[in-house]
Amino acid sequence: MRAFYGTELPNPLMLGTAQYPSPAILEQAFRASGAGVATVSLRRESGAGQTFWSMIRDLGVLVLPNTAGCHTVKEAVTTAHMAREVFGTPWIKLELIGHTDSLQPDVFGLVEAARILTEDGFQVFPYTTDDLIVGERLLAAGCEVLMPWGAPIGSGRGLNNEYALRAMRAEFPDVPLVVDAGIGLPSHAARAMELGYDAVLLNTAVARAGDPVEMACAMALAIQAGQLAHRADPIEARDMASASTPVIGKAFLS
Amino acid sequence: MTLWSVIGAGVAGLAVATELVARGAQVQVFDPSGPPGPHGCSWWAGGMLAPWCEYENAEEPVLRLGQQAIGWWEAHTTVNRCGTLVLANPRDLPDLRRFARRTEGFTEISHAEITELEPDINAFSKGLHFPDEAHLDPRRALSDLYRGLIDKGVAFHRKPAPAGLENAIDCRGLHAREVLHDLRGVKGEMLVIRAPDVALTRPIRLLHPRMPLYVVPRSDHVYMLGATMIESEDSGRITARSMLELLSAAYALNPAFGEAEVLEIGVDLRPAFPDNLPRIRRLGRTIYANGLYRHGYLLAPALAQGVADLALNDTHTELVDEDRD
Repeated sequence: MRAFYGTELPNPLMLGTAQYPSPAILEQAFRASGAGVATVSLRRESGAGQTFWSMIRDLGVLVLPNTAGCHTVKEAVTTAHMAREVFGTPWIKLELIGHTDSLQPDVFGLVEAARILTEDGFQVFPYTTDDLIVGERLLAAGCEVLMPWGAPIGSGRGLNNEYALRAMRAEFPDVPLVVDAGIGLPSHAARAMELGYDAVLLNTAVARAGDPVEMACAMALAIQAGQLAHRADPIEARDMASASTPVIGKAFLS
Repeated sequence: MTLWSVIGAGVAGLAVATELVARGAQVQVFDPSGPPGPHGCSWWAGGMLAPWCEYENAEEPVLRLGQQAIGWWEAHTTVNRCGTLVLANPRDLPDLRRFARRTEGFTEISHAEITELEPDINAFSKGLHFPDEAHLDPRRALSDLYRGLIDKGVAFHRKPAPAGLENAIDCRGLHAREVLHDLRGVKGEMLVIRAPDVALTRPIRLLHPRMPLYVVPRSDHVYMLGATMIESEDSGRITARSMLELLSAAYALNPAFGEAEVLEIGVDLRPAFPDNLPRIRRLGRTIYANGLYRHGYLLAPALAQGVADLALNDTHTELVDEDRD
């Protein structure tokens, strides 16, 4: 199992904490699903969300603060520093938005911010695209984890470019990889794990589901299924039928 | 006869006092800030009595208890029973379908039906109409309750309640945090604007994945635009981003909002418990009624009735979650 900056995740579901109907439902979603990591945004709350943040700390899971909503390197770096102070962790999910409508990451600013933060002792989890070269640059900047998107944030479209995600897995065999964003259904999350990804990060698909607690459980089960399936070395797909019972003695040539 | 002391003259305190008086109890009210005003978060509310719309993202009691609110308020203030219109831009239609799946009490309406209801809303192909919902002007409602209580001889003391008070009902919202440790503040930001070129008769909700908006008409082309929901306890300021989002959404509803005059900017914190539902707690000699969250006007009547049931009849309704010495 690939470790995230030396930490093995107790559960490969990373669950966001925004948009739930209430903090009580958020808490139930975490408890019921066993999610291993809680991501939390600091941008809008800017120093005054103490009650909410202490609720997140009380969940008893690893906390991955994020820089959601930041559009510039400077904003992201400032937010990361605040996050380190509030949560006492060097982990930071670096999110640098380049496009308002698609919330696509600004990969150029991302590499720069990743370098600044790494030099400052942060352990950066960059939200990136599935571009291999950007991935290389992020690793060169000091990142030891990559988090490519499945689809735009909140779109629920699943894995838009499975080929690219597969190529990324093959290109970076030793790097922990997380599909971050775009997951709508448990089958999407399972697929990401079948591709050999180490974790899945999602928020909207659970928080905005009719029953967030049930959906969180469904995601956790799917992720576990995908992880087991990947470890179990699935068979290759083939064009012709291959009987699972012996055919000797049957008149298959007749 | 027992003298009940209601502490706090926001929507919770005034509704509780009104309900107690209506049941023949003797009541006095304490609030160091005086009569209802900008110091209380219910001053900044939208005043929508919209249990079906709220149910889209709330627990079942909001739907059931909220439906009692319209009649209660009609007995005390002016209520506009014009329904609610819920709209989404074409690319956000999945959000409209989701909204429809998650609640009840509406009909789906077409562009022609939308413009028939609201001639100044022209850019939307589909909407949801909630005909049984209503709205009121929160400041007028607070003032009507306040005057009603004065007329009935209720004394208002402009000072903090004395310590050790018997038969106290604490309705101080977030100020009661030192006792109610699971209470938190949820920041809301709103604007009041005057748009002479826009005529709307009912609250309109515009769905958006990141910046949902509602517009509540007051009289004389004045509109309340609201409201952000931020897990923050910083009530001192509105951010440029929030203001930009509120105004952009209003502009998308009708570009004539671009010419509006900005009359007021409101920022405050909604008192909320972890499940965002209100609570009644009797701890020793004090009954606490709190946690109305974004449902101040929608659930204050049910909260007030629950408090009166506990105080006068020792009956536990569903909002009571703790009763101990």
